[in-house]
Order: sequence, then structure tokens, then C-alpha cells
Amino acid sequence: MNRKETVNELQLLVYELDVESAMTKEVVTVSPDLAMDKLPKILKSNRITGVPVTEDGRLVGIISLEDYVRWAADDGKPSCVGDVMTRKVHTIYSDEPLVSAVSRLERFACGRLPVLDRTTDTLAGIVTKGDVIESMLGNLEIDYREEGLRTYRTSRFFEDIVSDSTELSFAYEIRGESISEGGEVASSLKKTLRRLGMHPDVVRRAAITVYEAEMNVIIYAKAGRVRVSIDQHHISMVVEDEGPGIPDLEQAMAPGFSTAPESVRELGFGAGMGLPNIKQCAESFEIESVVGEGTTLRVSFHMEEACA
Amino acid sequence: MCLSDIARELDLTVIYDGGDIDREITGGYATDLMSDAIAHAKAGDLWVTLQVHVNVVAVASMKDLGAVVLTQDRQPLPETLQKARDEGIPLLGSNLRAFDLIGRLYQLGIRGT
Ligand SMILES: Nc1ncnc2c1ncn2[C@@H]1O[C@H](COP(=O)(O)OP(=O)(O)OP(=O)(O)O)[C@@H](O)[C@H]1O
Ligand SMILES: [Mg+2]
Repeated sequence: MNRKETVNELQLLVYELDVESAMTKEVVTVSPDLAMDKLPKILKSNRITGVPVTEDGRLVGIISLEDYVRWAADDGKPSCVGDVMTRKVHTIYSDEPLVSAVSRLERFACGRLPVLDRTTDTLAGIVTKGDVIESMLGNLEIDYREEGLRTYRTSRFFEDIVSDSTELSFAYEIRGESISEGGEVASSLKKTLRRLGMHPDVVRRAAITVYEAEMNVIIYAKAGRVRVSIDQHHISMVVEDEGPGIPDLEQAMAPGFSTAPESVRELGFGAGMGLPNIKQCAESFEIESVVGEGTTLRVSFHMEEACA
Repeated sequence: MCLSDIARELDLTVIYDGGDIDREITGGYATDLMSDAIAHAKAGDLWVTLQVHVNVVAVASMKDLGAVVLTQDRQPLPETLQKARDEGIPLLGSNLRAFDLIGRLYQLGIRGT
């Protein structure tokens, strides 16, 4: 259910946004009277692979590089665009939700959809997969920044919406001389994961992990970073620092072992339970450390399963 | 039992009500160690501690605890109170020491889990 919610979150956006907000308004068009041998130059100079054909602003067809190649291979006898173009064009109205564009682009396996103005029935723009992705990312980014997300990357975004799979990733810097700054990454991640609609239990375990790792970085290494990536089934995290490293990992993992200085023990750190807590929370757990170089922790969580 | 009833019965000071002083408290946990609270406190618990720094609220929020009670009349640091406001975590105070406070909570029916 949690992953479904994540996807729903993305889907919400494709329902909220309309085609007009994503489409390109400056559309290159050609007339049906254009000679076919003039077409490649137009496509090339505009860096496009297809172009709507209009007559008095009205869409009468579409012509693509593919059509041109087929025409040229046939025998290339002098013709104009109107004779070669595809007349049956899949279109979309500018006031339709973006999700309609997504499903039409997928269903008809086309690279672009001419957009029509519903009242005048004239060509208003053109929308491609790239436009949809860009528009959704732009909208997500605004929300993400508010929550202190520094960087994030999404890939396969388009497929996500239609095929229910997601991959997001983002990174946080851990800086802090003072333990009172501790927990900032954890709170921020918690908010983001919640916002993505993830199961509260997964959110809690991910937040605890980041918190414990973040405190260790602050106390023992001073600075480091967290990278989180979310795909269809997992949340993975890498926490790394260039601190002093851990000489004996087995010992460090033992509940109760701690080298925490007195100053932080007074504040309730140094129970020697941080790493064991992380191990308890995560489905997979790996720690690597080189003395004098630093420590890297890799953990992952399944989205669907409940906590042990 | 709801938090406002507990506060009244045990004469706790409400430092910050968390936006909902009538929330249900389902259990209790007592520790001054952050990682111990993380490992063992449960959502909805009342956490009894003498720690007053901001990490107390960070942990309470992460674990969805019901409230934090500071013992021995300890006052939260300003940033602790601020974080409690940000996260909606109730902060209460008692003049009792942990042992006595926990005994009274137990009498009221609040149990460790
Ligand atoms: N990033 C790190 N760099 C160097 N040493 C580390 C790092 N993380 C952990 N350690 C070492 O491993 C020990 C155990 O860590 P762990 O988080 O389990 O307990 P702790 O930090 O001592 O106490 P607690 O987390 O309960 O407050 C630490 O005391 C420290 O010696
Ligand atoms: Mg630790």
C-alpha cells in the first residue's frame, strides 16, 4: 500500500497539472504545400523529428522524419507535404489533465501530441514526453526545496507514472560541531518520506537509522553525508564520513560498547546502542571502515514489510 | 489515559501542550539515554527523562511518543522548546525525581510495555 501511495503522489500531480502548463507554445509548423525535399532542412534546423502541418491555424496532419525517409526510399518523386503526411493525428486539448497526454503518448507510442485549443480548434502547442517530465519535475522541485532537500534526481519518471515504478534520490550534508544540530537530517528525511506517502513504520525505521548514523558522524567524525535513494521496492541509504574510522568493527557493533567522550555521555549518548539500533531497523546492513580514512554505512529497507 | 488527566492528577507543569493536551497516552518509558529511548520506547508513550536538550524532542518525534516529562524541575533549553513547537511534542515538567514520578504514573495505570 505504501508504494502505491508514493505512486499516487506522482499521479496526483499529473491529474492536477493541465497540458497547457507543460506544452511548448512556440510551435514550428509547415504548410501542406511545402515541397518534400525542403522538409529535412526545417526539421534539422529546429532539431525536431516531426512537425504539425497546418492550414490557416487548423491542424490538417503531421509529418515526421520517418515519413520523409519512407518517401525518399520509395522513389522520392517530387511531392508536397500534404501528399505524404499522416492525416489521422492523435491530438489533445490544452485544458485536459497531463495524465491524458501521458496515457495517449504511451497508448499510441508517439513522441509528440499536437495540442488544440478547445474553443477555436486551432493548434495551440505541442507536448512531448520530455515536456511532461520537465513540468512534473519543476513542480516537485518547488515542494522539495521547502523541505530542505538539497539535490535529487529522478529517472524513469515517465514510466513511473504509467508503470507504477519510482526512483528518486537525494543527498544531505551532515555538518556539526554541536550535537544540538543532530537530528536535522533525520527530521528532514522523515518529512520527505511522509510526504511521499510511505508507510509510517518504514518512515520511522529510516528516520531512526539516519538519526543514529548522523549522531555518530557528528560525534566521531565531525562531517559527512547521507545519500538516500528510493526505487520501486527499497529505500537505500549510504552514510559516509572521512573521520577516524573504526579499528574493530565487531567490537563497535557490540551492544554497550562505546568510546563516546564524557561531554556527550552527559547528554545521554554513548549507550553503545546506535549501531545495534540501526542493524535492528534495516533489512540489510553493511559497514566498512578504514582507520584514518573514514566509515561508510550502507543500509536498505523494504517498503512493503512491517518492522520486526 | 489522556495526557491532561495525567497532568492534573500528578500536578505536572505543562511547558508546551503539543497542540493537543487531551491526546491518549498508551504507556510509559524512562531513560536518559537517547539510543535506549530509540530502541525501546513505543509510539504513544510518556517518556520520563532528565535530559533537556533538543535531541530529546528529535527522538520523541521520530518515535511518535505521546509526551516528554522532565523530572526534578528541569527546564528545557530554548531550542528544545522551539523544536517541541515545531514537531508538536508536548513537554511537561515535574518536581519529582524519576523514581517517585514513575511510581505514581504506575499507580495511575500507566505501564511500561
Ligand atoms: N562514524 C564513525 N566514525 C568513527 N567511529 C565510530 C563511528 N560510528 C561509530 N563509531 C564507533 O563505534 C562505537 C559504537 O557506536 P554506536 O553508535 O553503536 O554507540 P555510541 O555512539 O557509542 O552510543 P549511542 O549511539 O548509543 O549513543 C562508538 O562509540 C565509536 O567508537
Ligand atoms: Mg551512536
